[in-house]
Amino acid sequence: MAEPQDISAVGFGEDLGQGVALIPAPSGGLHQLVPDAGDVYATSSGWRLAWREYASNKLALIALALLILVVLFCFVGPIFYHSNQTLSNPLDQTQPPSAAHLLGTDENGFDELGRLMLGGQSALEIGAYASLVAIVIGTLYGAIAGLVGGVLDAVLMRFVDVLLSIPFLIVVLVLATKYSGTVLDISLVLGIFSWLVPSRLVRGEVLTLRTRDFVIAAQTMGANRRRVIFRHLIPNAMSVTIVNITFLIADSILALALLGFIGFGLQFPNTSWGDMLGNAQTYVTNGEWWLVYPVGGLLVIVVLCFNIIGDALRDAVDVRLRRR
Amino acid sequence: MASPALKVHDLTTEIQLSRATVHAVGNVDLEIAEGETLGLVGESGSGKSILGLSILGLLPNGGHVTGGSIKLYDRELVGMKPRELREIRGNDIAMIFQDSLSSLNPTKSIGEQVAEPVRLHRGASRKEAFDRALEVLELVGLPRPRERMADYPHQLSGGLRQRVMIAIALSCEPKVLLADEPTTALDVTIQAQILKVLDDLEQRLGMATLLVTHDMGVVAGRSKRINVMYAGRIVETAPSEELFTAMRHPYTQALLGSIPRLESDASKPLLSIPGLPPDLTHPPTGCRFAARCRFATDQCRAQEPPLTGSGDHQFACWNPVEGPAIITVVRPTASSAPAGTVVASVINEPAPAVSAPSSNGSAPLLELVDVVREYPVTAGALLKRKVNSVKAVSNVSLYVNPGESFGLVGESGCGKTSLGKLIVGIEKPDGGHVKVNGEELFRKRGGELRRARRVVQMMFQDPYGSLDPRMRVRSILREPMQIQGIGSTKDQDKRVRELLGEVGLPVNALERYPHEFSGGQRQRIALARALVLEPKIMVADEPVSALDVSIRSQVLNLMKRLQAEHGMASIVISHDLAVVKYLSDRIGVMYLGRLVELGTGDDIYRRAAHPYTDALIKTIPVPDPAIEKAKTEVGIRGELPSPIDPPSGCRFRTRCPLAQEICAEVEPPMRRFSPSHQAACHFPLQTPEPETAAANGATSAAATGVS
Repeated sequence: MAEPQDISAVGFGEDLGQGVALIPAPSGGLHQLVPDAGDVYATSSGWRLAWREYASNKLALIALALLILVVLFCFVGPIFYHSNQTLSNPLDQTQPPSAAHLLGTDENGFDELGRLMLGGQSALEIGAYASLVAIVIGTLYGAIAGLVGGVLDAVLMRFVDVLLSIPFLIVVLVLATKYSGTVLDISLVLGIFSWLVPSRLVRGEVLTLRTRDFVIAAQTMGANRRRVIFRHLIPNAMSVTIVNITFLIADSILALALLGFIGFGLQFPNTSWGDMLGNAQTYVTNGEWWLVYPVGGLLVIVVLCFNIIGDALRDAVDVRLRRR
Repeated sequence: MASPALKVHDLTTEIQLSRATVHAVGNVDLEIAEGETLGLVGESGSGKSILGLSILGLLPNGGHVTGGSIKLYDRELVGMKPRELREIRGNDIAMIFQDSLSSLNPTKSIGEQVAEPVRLHRGASRKEAFDRALEVLELVGLPRPRERMADYPHQLSGGLRQRVMIAIALSCEPKVLLADEPTTALDVTIQAQILKVLDDLEQRLGMATLLVTHDMGVVAGRSKRINVMYAGRIVETAPSEELFTAMRHPYTQALLGSIPRLESDASKPLLSIPGLPPDLTHPPTGCRFAARCRFATDQCRAQEPPLTGSGDHQFACWNPVEGPAIITVVRPTASSAPAGTVVASVINEPAPAVSAPSSNGSAPLLELVDVVREYPVTAGALLKRKVNSVKAVSNVSLYVNPGESFGLVGESGCGKTSLGKLIVGIEKPDGGHVKVNGEELFRKRGGELRRARRVVQMMFQDPYGSLDPRMRVRSILREPMQIQGIGSTKDQDKRVRELLGEVGLPVNALERYPHEFSGGQRQRIALARALVLEPKIMVADEPVSALDVSIRSQVLNLMKRLQAEHGMASIVISHDLAVVKYLSDRIGVMYLGRLVELGTGDDIYRRAAHPYTDALIKTIPVPDPAIEKAKTEVGIRGELPSPIDPPSGCRFRTRCPLAQEICAEVEPPMRRFSPSHQAACHFPLQTPEPETAAANGATSAAATGVS
């Protein structure tokens, strides 16, 4: 049996490895080559790893570049390419592309290229706002349902089931006619009806997260539910939500186009690509291609880009998750 | 001796990652003769599994053998066509994997899975293959194999699944068997059974077996020779007895010295290896162990040592050691003396718990009285009717005094983790009381509850899951203080830095995220977090079972030191009796939701009264070939009964060698064997104290706590 004093030395040596030394070491000479717990190797942050994985996907890089170009085209383009989009000009009706109007004019005499930019602005803005509304509601709703569980969870999720079984478009159409068609109105209407899927995803994620030890640890420290949700659950479910946002934007842009196409979209002077397509459908057989293909093509490209980016993000985030 | 069944010469395996190459295995030589078992021991990342996979040609993506040869008798396996290799795999060379749940196909019955290799390699008919499957399943000791053939993997317990895995490997009578951590995922009692099966089979079938494991105890009794691997190199190879008694490599010496042993004196700290294994994408130029080696010289850091020594015992070291480490304790240095005296008194003071809790006049810090916790088993999608319940914790009573460390041991499913959660107040008991400082935590609400939580903190098993991956270490350590509203930001920061120093982490750790740390470092962070609030009790649930042996002793020593330093009580929950005995003053043994024995470390280890405790001690693999090879009997037969429907009376009776009728009828009360020692058994292995003490039965344990 060792004497007490000896034990104390072991307990309080400069480090544990050397405290139990075979050879008595001079005091102060106990520091060794590596810190007691070993070096901390700097590794890439999770996000950097995710970006590396994303960047290794060529298609996703192209999609991202295209999308940036479209954003610049829509928001910066009008600064360099001035066009009249407020006063209709019957004299300029449905002109083919020319030096004055690079993509011709529509049936009201508006410059088609400028109109593409204007429509793109509303599409991207509504996509962003609507997905933001949807993701905020969906994340909170899903996180609360998942964390609290039990009866509340069952009630909340059955409510989601009910809403999901209502044809989304009909409701949106009804609402769209009731409210004036500003960008904000449409965003809210679309957003309020697209949080259902994200809420399910977040709930699923939270259900697995809430049994993780770090959540239990926070509870033993006395954290309340609000803290657990905002500090632990939502940040950790973020990867799911970020991926979902891209799909939500694509869906909102499509929904907006659809609304416009059947004539329930934005009100003048705002326009959307759907409005343009809707108006152009009567001309497509007359050979006025410039009213159909540019706007149709742009719509397809933007939606496709968002979907490709979303897919690539999901893969990239998975890599990060695997590392942890 | 016949020509070796498997001969690996100068094998080098690399794994190509996107930006770097992992030099996983380098210059490895091994030979296994027919009917021989070769042990391959190493920590995680030492390359032992990659070596096994190289032999099978099943390396992960990017992995390839870059040099050397692997010979199965006379056939060279390196560079063999995939088609030829497929014929050998499962037929001549078979493998047993660690995780039987993920290695078996969940959609096929076990009969089909055992029959599959027979049909593939022997072209046997369905009927023949099934007959063979039945034969092999009988061979591995699966009870009632004919009935179980149609079962699916999820219907079997872990031990039985592992038997099925062995049956699959043996179905084609392989010449070489690779067993990669075959028992790591199993409980000790089941582990002993599986190792016995492997032993018997090897003798009967005459295979060459490569037993890959991290557990020195497992290889000790089962292999003639042992190879020790470190960072992709074989550092020492010797006959088992010689390796344990006369090792030459400092790594082997340190590894063996760092394992807590049941028979050792718990007041002595464990030998530990500082630091971490090297990063194998950029291995050091010299000896790979040099950075962590006590005896390293400049030569070690510059030049890699070759394998030298006599034919039978070889080692790769410039400054070899002679035999096992003798731990002598350093005298205190002036700087550490003042604080040290405190520790010494705490560690060496005869544990206050040995006497009754009321001896010093104060109530116990933690008191559990007849605690019951049952998890409902529900049926129906909507209404969730309760059809039955899992009896996780049944009528457990115990107490813990201030500053005392209490250990809870038991196999998986014995309810030890549930008990831990009840103590920290994450779960509510379904019956009985959990009192901390005489108050019940789960009856409190709001701010009162929040403040009360400071008293009990917890440390978790999985170092990967217990830290929020989205928070930096600084925020992780500050969080408890933020929640409790303690101190200004500046104070909190100061405290965080202090704690980081205490657990031996560099300051640059503050700004890093958990994934940047190794398992042992994360466990240190978790320990620091548990200490932030200066709790009176710390509950540590399997604190080291996810860590490698060399890291484990670092963390154990640290926990022991900090517990004493902070004067906390601790409750250490583990399946590993040696770990618990090293950390605790008193130990409780649990079996299927019940506390079956309670006593000091020596009571439990030297004077075990309950047959379960006794069997548990006997089955623990000891890193000593002499002891291991002398073991003849398997400690406990059979499987753990279901906690949904536990046996009547004594819950251990279905597996107990001493069970009689009364055991099924009457639940045994707690009996006293000495003031500190109690066990619940009708036929204890020790003589209980006179009837007066035992008369009170089960309540006596609780009563001592209450009075």
